[in-house]
This record gives sequence, C-alpha cells and structure tokens, in this order.
Amino acid sequence: MAISDIKEFAHLTEADVEALGEEFDQIRRDVEATRGAADEEYIRSIIKTQRRIEIAGRTALFGSVVPPLWMAGAALLGVAKILENMEIGHNVMHGQWDWMNDPEIHSATWEWDNVCPAEQWKHSHNYLHHTYTNVLGKDKDVGYEILRVTSDQKWNPVNLGQPVFNTLLMLLFQHGVAIHDLDIEGLLRRDIQDPEEFKAKLEQVGRKMRKQMGKDYILFPLLTGPQFITTLTANMAANLIRNVWSYAIIFCGHFPDGAEVFTEDQLENETQGEWYLRQLLGSANFTGNRLMHVMSGSLGYQIEHHLFPDLPSNRYPEIAERVKEICAKYDLPYNIGPFPKQFWKSIRRIWRLALPNKKFAAEQQAHESEGLTREHATSTPAAEADARRATQETPVAA
Amino acid sequence: MTAALSPRVRRLRDLATRLTTPLLPDDYLTLINPLWSARELRGRIVSVTPEAEDAATLVVEPGWGWDFPHAAGQYIGIGVAIDGRFVWRSYSLTTPPSRDGKRLVITVRAMPDGFASQHLVSGVAPGTVVRLAPPAGEFVLPDPLPSKVLFLTAGSGITPVMAMLRSLDRRPDGGEDVVLVHSAPDADRTLFADELDLLARRHPTWRIVQRHTRDRASGATGDELVGHLRIPAGLDEVVPDWRGRQTWACGPAEMLDDAERAFADAGLADALHLERFAASFSGSAEGGTITFARSGRTVETDGATTVLQAGEQAGIPMPFGCRMGICHTCVAPLSSGAVRDLRDGTESRVADTDQSTRTVQTCVTAASGDCTVDL
Repeated sequence: MAISDIKEFAHLTEADVEALGEEFDQIRRDVEATRGAADEEYIRSIIKTQRRIEIAGRTALFGSVVPPLWMAGAALLGVAKILENMEIGHNVMHGQWDWMNDPEIHSATWEWDNVCPAEQWKHSHNYLHHTYTNVLGKDKDVGYEILRVTSDQKWNPVNLGQPVFNTLLMLLFQHGVAIHDLDIEGLLRRDIQDPEEFKAKLEQVGRKMRKQMGKDYILFPLLTGPQFITTLTANMAANLIRNVWSYAIIFCGHFPDGAEVFTEDQLENETQGEWYLRQLLGSANFTGNRLMHVMSGSLGYQIEHHLFPDLPSNRYPEIAERVKEICAKYDLPYNIGPFPKQFWKSIRRIWRLALPNKKFAAEQQAHESEGLTREHATSTPAAEADARRATQETPVAA
Repeated sequence: MTAALSPRVRRLRDLATRLTTPLLPDDYLTLINPLWSARELRGRIVSVTPEAEDAATLVVEPGWGWDFPHAAGQYIGIGVAIDGRFVWRSYSLTTPPSRDGKRLVITVRAMPDGFASQHLVSGVAPGTVVRLAPPAGEFVLPDPLPSKVLFLTAGSGITPVMAMLRSLDRRPDGGEDVVLVHSAPDADRTLFADELDLLARRHPTWRIVQRHTRDRASGATGDELVGHLRIPAGLDEVVPDWRGRQTWACGPAEMLDDAERAFADAGLADALHLERFAASFSGSAEGGTITFARSGRTVETDGATTVLQAGEQAGIPMPFGCRMGICHTCVAPLSSGAVRDLRDGTESRVADTDQSTRTVQTCVTAASGDCTVDL
C-alpha cells in the first residue's frame, strides 16, 4: 500500500517536520525578498529569444521545399514551441512572474502555444497535480488515468497494452494534455460525473484546437503557396519534436524509481511541513547544463519546482543548493540522476507494470512499509537535540 | 483597449491574429518597435526636463491604441518598472491635447517618501517604455466657460490647472475674468513661475496671485510668515468676490477640506470643483463572503470593502496598482458570484452554469453577495 503516514515513512518526528517546513519557508521568503530587475530581464529575454526563433523557423519554411530549409524550419519551430510551452508558458501560468505586475506576463492572462486551453491546464495541473501531488485517486498525473505507474494501482488486463498507450501518449502528447482536465476516467467507465461540465470543457478544447491546427496545418502552409505540403509536414514535425521532448521531460518528474506515492490518508490534517516533505519525496530531478535546464522548462529542478511552484524558474539552481543542504541535514533522499538514466527508469517502470509483476509489487510494498533507509537511524536534528538535553541534564541530576 | 479601427484594418488584423494565435501580431511587432502594440497601452519617454521644486516635466509618446481625447485638467495613469515591478501612479496632464495627439506631457514632483515619483523625476532615461492608462477625471472646465472663474491651487496642485490655463491661452482672448491664487513655499519652489508671469502679462483680464508661504509677511514686525492661505478669511482678502465665482481647487488635502467647508457654509457647494486623486465611490454593494480560491481563504465583507482590501486584510498577496480603477494591474478572475463596481454600481456576475471566468478590477469592486475570486 502507498505511503499513508509520511512522518513514519521518513522516520522523522513531528518537531523535525515542523523545523523542516520552517527551513523551506525561509527559502521562499529569501527568494521573494530578492526578486528584481535581473529576474525581469531573464524572462523578458527568454520571451524575446523564443519569438525570434519562431519567426526564423516560420520564415525558413517559406523555402520548405528545399530539404535543408525544411529541416531548419522544423527544428527552429520545434525549439520555439518547446521554449514557449515549458520555460515560458508553464512557468508564467504558475504565477512565477505575477510579482512583476505586468498584465502581459501574468498567470491570469497567459495563453500558450498548444491545444490545451490555459484555463483547464491551470485547474488540472496547478491545482490538482501541485496540491495533491502523487496522491492516488486525487492526482490525475499518477498515470494520467491510462497508465499503471505504481503497483499500488490494481493490475487490469488492459494494462498489457501499456507500452503501446505510452508510445501513443508520447507522440500525441499535446492532445493528451488538452483532454487532461476532462473526466476521462468517468468516460471510460461510461459514468461521467458532470456531463454538462464535460461538454463545456470539450467545446473549449475544440475551439482552441481549431485555432492551433488552423494556424499550423492550414494557414501557414497556404501562405507558402506551392510548398503547402512541405510546410505542413515541417509544422507536424515541429509539433512532434515538442510532443516527444516535453513528454520525456515530464515523465522524469514523478515516475523514476524513488519517487513515492501516497494514499489519501496522508492528506488528512497534513501540515505545511508534511506537504513540503511529500513534494520532496514525490519528485525527481535530473542533471544538466544551463541550456538543458532552460529547454526543459527548469523541470530538471522538479523537486524545487514542487516545493516552490510560483517562484521564478531562473532561481531554482540557487534554491537547489539550499534544498540539498536541508536533505543532507535531515538525512532525506534527493532523487537526482542524469536525464537518460531517469528517463530509462520511468520507461522501465511503465513496461514492468504492464504485467502484474508480483515481485516488483512486493518490493515496493516492503519499501513503503519499512520506510526510508537511514544512514544514522537516530541522527535527526530533533533527536540530536533530545540527546544533547539528556546528556546536559545528567550531571545536574548527579 | 484598441481604438476604433477602419473595417479594412480590422479585417487585416483579424487575419494576422489567426497566424499568431494564441498571441497577437503586436507581440511580434514589439520586437521591432516597443510602441507597436495595443495589447496594453504603452508609451515611450521622449524627454525629462527638470522643473522647480524637485519636479520634472516628462514628455511621453503614446504607442498603438492610444486614441483618447483628453480634456484639460484630466490625469493619466503611468506605470513604470522599478526593480522589475510595475508601479502605477496618476499625474495630471499639463498641456491641452496636442493637435496630432502624439505627445502627452505630465509634470511630476518627487515626493520625499515617494518611491515612484522620485524614480520618474530622476531615474527614468529618455527611451524608457512605460505603461499608460487612459485619461480620466471630472476636474475639467465646462464649455462655455462661466463668466467668473477662480483657480485655487497649492504646490503641485497647479498641474491640472496649468493645463486649463494653457488651453484658455490657446483660444482667442475673450476677456475671461479669471483669477488664480497659487501658493508655494517660495519663488524657487514655484512650478511654472515664469510661465504664470507671462500669462498674466498676456491676458489683462486675468489676475494671477503667486503666494510664497515661507516669505516674511508684508508689514510684519517679527518673523511672521505669509503662511498657508486661510479659507475663507484669507481668501476674502485676496479675492473678495470669490462667492460669485465658479472655483476649481487642487492642492493638499487640508486646503481642499477647508475650501469644501467654506463653500458649503456659504451655501455654494455646487460652485466648487475639486481634484482629489482618488476614485470616488458613489455606488455601494451588498457585501458577502469572498472566497479566495487559490489561497483557500474566505473573508466576510461589507459592501464598502473592496475585494482588494479584503484580500490584503486576509494576508493574500494581492496584485495592485493605482488603487483607483485606472490601471487594471489588480485584475483577477471572478469564478463565481458577483461583484459590484463602487464607482457606478455596475454588477459583474458569473453564473454557476458558466464555464468561463471574467476578470474584475479588485480595487474598485466589492462583493455583491457571495463570490469566488481565483487568487
């Protein structure tokens, strides 16, 4: 069974968890107090760069019949869409830049360059996923309602098709994201909770899809005249590049081994400290240089992003240093590895869980019931403080 | 926000937007010229000229979408990025509308503790792009002009009146009976002192009285100073016929309070026109419970508490700007229920069956029954 008491799982006392929460709060306060012109400069320059790359890509495709221009156009447009969706759109919609008081770069007004309506994304992602992270039955990102990503989810013969569903999801990722806020589980059970709402949301998705598809697959190809077909295929390639890349990055966030899942019991009376701990234990980072992190929307800092989803993404590297220190201090794991390794761990898990895989399930259950392995079982700061008090008191008593 | 466009331009723009969706063509055009966008009203600082008394006159060239006629005496909102954050203030336009409408002129005085005003006076370089809010304010002259006019100003309160005087100056001299009584600490700290002298010379029927409150009073035996204009006693001396004039007053709050009282006592409340630089709330709302969805907090409010105030009292980091309903920085999505605009009583409602939200200006709206704001 998934984790139902995070303190017990992490072998931390209530005082430890509270102190831990206080340390994370302090990081937030420090970053909030130092947001300023340099951060503003960062997001504006990323936005400018992204728009220039997009113009360059679209321009190159006016010669899309020439293979090198087709390739350059598709690649540039793919990069532009990746930057827009990830480092810009995703982060702006989290409210990371709302502090600038600029209605043009604001979570309330941003609409991103993919088929998912911003409003639905903010509900399914910002609210459901970031609040109930990795809680079975609450966070739809645990398998996206079609994949079995933990042995806590009951095996069903349908899961045998997982490697196929997974590949389809990768190729059509933006469409998967688009219907994410719909009651897909209800649809599969033929018991939609709120049909009215389902219909309205579906219509909203339809409107956004028409606009996005019209732009990429009709209007821009038409503009290039006789090169209609080659421009169309280049635009498809650009969307595919973005789909595959964002899928890969996102699957590294919560599916690699070591990212824990929780039951709804954990949510009951959950303290702020426990919430932080759940975000920390449920997320996984990957290493990379600055370019890699910008191209992945700073989600290589998934742990930091989940602890502080609305702090500016360019600050995650410095936040990460402090988070690592806190993890070392409280003897907590900090799940990080090279991107290919983390991705492989996620894919392997999805393939394994296509089968009932009793051995894997037993391993996971044992891990969940034993809790974190600790190097020094009693060396938490609170335990140390207790020990110090005990040794100090003894001489007085004597 | 966009001004009226010709049907052809609009068609072209709609077509271009299909190509740039979800963005606007403007978002790409600003890469070439920062003024080529009507998404938000914006302008570029053309010049910053120092004036007396820690003040500066800023000339702003507005960008696309600025097509607002303004009347002398109105103010505009100006948003300037200070350390990455847009800060909004309102300033009177000091010139009547230029013929091509392409230059906005404001005069800003650096207030001792005014972060934004100090920045505008000494911190902005020509070329800086600022945000703008359309002209607003009821502090304007009627047409035709009343037969007898009195302007009562102090300090930087001269700025809207300066726009009025300049617009009167531009018209053919009709022999208007105009009196201006302006108080400033001393000659060096009087805004537009030379221009006021010039206007007085040019218009024989205008009387311009410049008072210097820190000067020794004439005939004083000791250190007695001229001091603030006392209303009505002092005013009786300077402008004995003030009761027969339509009066426009702008200056410190105490001066305006005194004027308001004096005119009311004389039964002449209608003859006094004030500029207070604040939204006047004439409407009222019902009040109710406001739920701040993202913060998960609820606040009980009365009909006079704005959504912004309610959120701030609950410790929610609310976006805000001018706090008077001009700059739209504070807008937030209303996801259910209704709020009422305290300026004119209009209601914004989101029905339960609506899937979409609507954005409301939190600084000028209050709960009209229970409502949910997505902050």
